[in-house]
Amino acid sequence: MAEIVVQNVRKTFGDFVAVSDSSFTVQDGEFFVLLGPSGCGKTTTLRMIAGLEVPTSGQIFLDGAEVSQTRPSERDIAFVFQMFALYPHMNVRKNIAYPLVSQGLSRAVVRAKVDEVAQILGIDHILDNPVSGLSGGDRQRVALGRAIVRNPKAFMMDEPLGALDAEFRESMAEELRSLHDRMGATTVYVTHDQLEAMQMGDKIIVMNHGVIEQFGTPQEIYDYPASLFVADFIGSPSMNFLPFQGTVRKGATQVLIDKHTIAIPELLEDADGELILGVRPEHVFLTKNSGLPAKVIATEYLGTSQIVTLETAKSEIKARIDADQCADTGGTVQLEFHSPAISIFNEASGRALQFDRGLMAG
Amino acid sequence: MSNSVLTPSRRSQYVAAFLVITYALITMIPLAWIFLTGFKSPADAISYPPKVIFEPTLEGYVNLFTTRTRQTEDFLAANPPENWADEIVRQYDMVIVGPSKFGERFLNSVIIGFGSTFLSVFLGTLAAYAFSRFRVPLKDDLLFFILSTRMMPPVAVAIPIFLMFRNLGLSDTHLGMILLYTGVNISLAVWLLKGFIDEIPREYEEAALIDGYTRFQSFYKVILPQAASGIAATAIFCLIFSWNEYAFAVLLTSATAQTAPPFIPTIIGIGGLDWPAVAAGATLFLIPVMIFTILMRKHLLSGITFGAVRK
Repeated sequence: MAEIVVQNVRKTFGDFVAVSDSSFTVQDGEFFVLLGPSGCGKTTTLRMIAGLEVPTSGQIFLDGAEVSQTRPSERDIAFVFQMFALYPHMNVRKNIAYPLVSQGLSRAVVRAKVDEVAQILGIDHILDNPVSGLSGGDRQRVALGRAIVRNPKAFMMDEPLGALDAEFRESMAEELRSLHDRMGATTVYVTHDQLEAMQMGDKIIVMNHGVIEQFGTPQEIYDYPASLFVADFIGSPSMNFLPFQGTVRKGATQVLIDKHTIAIPELLEDADGELILGVRPEHVFLTKNSGLPAKVIATEYLGTSQIVTLETAKSEIKARIDADQCADTGGTVQLEFHSPAISIFNEASGRALQFDRGLMAG
Repeated sequence: MSNSVLTPSRRSQYVAAFLVITYALITMIPLAWIFLTGFKSPADAISYPPKVIFEPTLEGYVNLFTTRTRQTEDFLAANPPENWADEIVRQYDMVIVGPSKFGERFLNSVIIGFGSTFLSVFLGTLAAYAFSRFRVPLKDDLLFFILSTRMMPPVAVAIPIFLMFRNLGLSDTHLGMILLYTGVNISLAVWLLKGFIDEIPREYEEAALIDGYTRFQSFYKVILPQAASGIAATAIFCLIFSWNEYAFAVLLTSATAQTAPPFIPTIIGIGGLDWPAVAAGATLFLIPVMIFTILMRKHLLSGITFGAVRK
């Protein structure tokens, strides 16, 4: 198992910058998720770590050794592809055994290891089947088997659940995560699905246009998005944005929107001009007294909760409230926000302003 | 009988079968005629109206494989026939004096046809893989250049090639003909195979690279088995061309490297219009390509659809 350090890695294809100056560290044994929309550079980053692409500049350290220019076969990293890439002309056993055969192990050892891995993954009954007839889940398990059989330093997974049926994806995600917990292997996992990332990741990197937008635990990324992009990309429905114009000073604890005062955590920096207040739907409350006036446009009933779409003078806002709370379409309500969870972004830069969150929590 | 959109009705199945069988029969009539003519006597072969029912004889095959001379009656009486073949030619007051050149020419065809097919497919596969997977500088121009060699009939450059071969000492050599047919076939091979290799997901090789194999090993062990049907289809096309090629063979070969196509018509001149011998030669000439195609048949169907219905 190994620590992976990515330092100032950059990758360009002609004029197109796929990944620009990225640096991060994957701790030993961590389940590390690269999250972002398609074309954001997450897969390219993963492929550079695996050695399938050579970085234009920068270094990659695997277990302390610089590997950015070495062949993939010399890095001892396993890769699980989105379409699994099982060798179609081999049966399940041969597929799993293939990485071991290249190491020149004896037949008996290969056989024993394949059997052991098949047992762990629960595919020992299909070892002699051709891969073409397998279900999506079994293909996935064979691909995992091929990855774990040689006990590599780290696993790279490129949207491994992307090709599975929705109903099956969740159970496979759990299976993957528990496999990771059992083996304690460093894993770098690429996905565009934020729920998958939150559910599985110890740490998440959110990427957009080849740039790392934020790096942190799922909680940090969800609660305190570092940029407008992250705030919008993470969460379903995503964060509500209330644009306003004004000046805020360091130490301020409230902002004025449409003559309504909204309490915020203590600011640690100054800002002025076009600003955006962000608040998650579950931190929006419907009240009857003072607050931001809004009109109820629609409600979506979700069982345990409901999503209420509201129209304010500034923008449309979605609130997640209890299913039994009354919200009549067409009616007018007042909105209040859970102050400690509020973010403010500078519209021009897209970056979030710094708050003293610790004080608020205390 | 319930007919869904996908299963055709009984009647349209019959119509389809009728059309296919009729087409097959029409295309096979000339072949059947050649096959039958090979077993006719020269008189039966040119009789009018044509004979479908006749007494079969191996005369054509004997004439194809032997050279014969006419002898006096005294000589014939003094030397009784040595074997069944000799007996056949005695009816024309002839004796067999030795083998004809057909066997040799046929062997030349095999060497040159299969040799150039192997070389075309071998080079074509490597080139197609490189064009498919790597960033080759001027890739599009090179591919166009390779294709452009097919844009005129090869015989258009017959004279330059004739002169070039003479200067290089390649005229009437096996190597020369193999190189020539490879040159003609390689563009077909590169383009066909590039299409097939493009269809094979890169992930297979990448998986092999990750699994500890070199690029060549991953090409050899993962890509080649996947491209097998494409390679088989390409090989058949290449073989059919080089096997049947006539014009260059007439121009560039004579005593040593002559192939069967220019040889077979020369039979006509040897002892009158010997159509049964020509037909016998043509029949035998068909066999290698037929066997090769049957061997490759399992790959051919998926190959000829050009990856259109893969997966």
